[in-house]
Amino acid sequence: MAKAALEWHTVQNSTPQPPLSLDNVHVSYATRKGKVQAVRGVTLDLLAGESLALIGESGSGKSTLGLAVVRLLPETAAVAPGSIQYRRGDREVEVLKLTKAELREFRWRDCAMVFQAALNAFNPVLTVWDQTWDTAKAHGWQDKKAVQTRLVELLRFVQLDPKRVIDAYPHELSGGMRQRVLLALSLLLDPQILILDEPTTALDIITQRTIIKLLRQLKEEQHFTMIFISHDLAIAAELADRVATMYAGRVVELGKSNDIFYRPRHPYTLGLIRAVPTVTGGFEQLFSIPGSPPDLINLPSGCKFHPRCAFATDRCKQEEPELATVGPAHEAACWNWQQVEAELQVKPLHRGALNVLADILPAAEVS
Amino acid sequence: MAPIIELRALTKQFGKGKETVTAVDAVSLAIDPGETVCLVGESGCGKSTTGRMVAGLLAPTAGEILFEGRSITKLDSTAFRRYRQAVQIIHQDPYSSLNPTQTVRQIITAPLLHHKKVKNQAGSESRALELLEVVDLTPARDIIDKYPHQLSGGQRQRVAVARALTLEPKFIVADEAVSMVDVSIRVSILTMLTRLKQEFDVTFLFITHDLALAKYFAWNGRITVMYLGRIVEDGPTQRLVSDPRHPYTQALLAAVPEADPELAHHKRQIELRSAEIPSLLNLPSGCTFHPRCPYSVDGQCNVRRPPLEAIAEGGRVACPVRQAERVTLLVT
Repeated sequence: MAKAALEWHTVQNSTPQPPLSLDNVHVSYATRKGKVQAVRGVTLDLLAGESLALIGESGSGKSTLGLAVVRLLPETAAVAPGSIQYRRGDREVEVLKLTKAELREFRWRDCAMVFQAALNAFNPVLTVWDQTWDTAKAHGWQDKKAVQTRLVELLRFVQLDPKRVIDAYPHELSGGMRQRVLLALSLLLDPQILILDEPTTALDIITQRTIIKLLRQLKEEQHFTMIFISHDLAIAAELADRVATMYAGRVVELGKSNDIFYRPRHPYTLGLIRAVPTVTGGFEQLFSIPGSPPDLINLPSGCKFHPRCAFATDRCKQEEPELATVGPAHEAACWNWQQVEAELQVKPLHRGALNVLADILPAAEVS
Repeated sequence: MAPIIELRALTKQFGKGKETVTAVDAVSLAIDPGETVCLVGESGCGKSTTGRMVAGLLAPTAGEILFEGRSITKLDSTAFRRYRQAVQIIHQDPYSSLNPTQTVRQIITAPLLHHKKVKNQAGSESRALELLEVVDLTPARDIIDKYPHQLSGGQRQRVAVARALTLEPKFIVADEAVSMVDVSIRVSILTMLTRLKQEFDVTFLFITHDLALAKYFAWNGRITVMYLGRIVEDGPTQRLVSDPRHPYTQALLAAVPEADPELAHHKRQIELRSAEIPSLLNLPSGCTFHPRCPYSVDGQCNVRRPPLEAIAEGGRVACPVRQAERVTLLVT
């Protein structure tokens, strides 16, 4: 199918300021067993036009953080302290102080969230069109024709046949089609920021590729500002400009995608990369990270990763490190990041993969 | 050496009349003792159905399963029971495959006692502790009286493996055994399974949708690719991942997201003619991949079912049109 060009989104992120700034954000859940500290002090700027991946295992706080930005956390969650500043044009608002009515506006128009394409992201008794019209009405659209035109345009963009999809109920669509419908719906009100939570998880491989291509198109042609939340490192490698690794509710490393994948400085990032195979290239010995993710009610002392870390020293057991500069536009929260760097000089990462590339590419492109 | 498991034109249909679905369509595959075979494919390709038939949980509609050279449908009940003990299955989801009301002790000692693998309670306890250590759940004494909900996902899957080992199986079907386990723990479970392969002479049929994982686990073994119930290609892992011949295998390998930015940006993009998988209720004629295949030849691919033919580089390919063509998966 021909690539449908999207005419909208022309006022492209001309603001030099980051559209989203998180400052010392904390989120905790009240449970019967105690307070679960899901996010513990995240400070992060989302730059205009960039795609940022939040990676980490289950319980690292990445999804909670995403939900906090659009204020979709359950009632048991408390966001305090912290601040989330959102900017568009001259407007600057504190997301955590938005009223219910303002939130409605903010959620779809400014910042849209795309959930994992489970059936429960849809109302099962509404067709795609009903769902779209409901959303549009709620945001003040009255012109049915205009909404219809827009939906058709968006469905074409996500490479779906509008005729097949528009009157379909969610259960009549495959997982990949549902994910694409969700993506189209999220673009309905031309948001400035898209937050995608596990956008390809549970989809078949070839469908995953279709979604990745679409997201790349949004990123490269429409310059959308996006946050990807995923446990899958491959999503970060495929789509992110910058990557933030999260562990036990904190960002423990933040940097450009290539720095994170080839020059990680936090032992946890290194551990994740060494645990994940690639399909192309020769055999690479993998290693898992010992132990299991921490209990968020009873967190370990000091650096929360120290019980699983091969680089841990006495200091790590007592003091929790903050993010510190470890290279150009590259930060890590580790007392011993220099040891990680030294180890990587002895045992570099993904050598196999680079060798494969070197075989078929001119040397200049690999370096 | 005779294969430990051999599938001969194994077929499984579900439903009746017009609603008949052929989930597994004449699959033939022989697995030698000690060999590691990975069955890969997307959802609905029939890989799990095949695994369930091998484990004796599902009766084939047609075709045969041979265990150590004997057809399992012809076994008398004693011999069939022995077969069911010799072939075990590990399921994907340890949250639902373990009884939540039983402790690890009950989960592991029940089969030991029932099948008289041990003499008494005391014997069953010491054997259970041994097995927990085999699957790296140490100290075993701290684990044995826990309930599944008190364990992490990785630990639960290890309990499921320990339970599979109680009956001293010769063959284990691992159906997406690490798919639900956290990324950082997966490798340690795969390493443990590899160790079992050597220590206990167990042969594995590893079923997964994750090609990168299949490549890692079966680097010295074999990968079999299924599409809509049929085998489209198989071969030694190292050949199959570097020089795939069937257009579907190529499309699959090209589509796998890579956890490496350089690789991710240099992979060949293979455009299929259609992104949607056809319904099993209404399978395309001839080669079932032809409506999506960029190389489909009219009058051939849409008419004749392609035979699975051996190729010189190793393995079999069900594509007479492309079986001799090499396609590199990385581009500049």
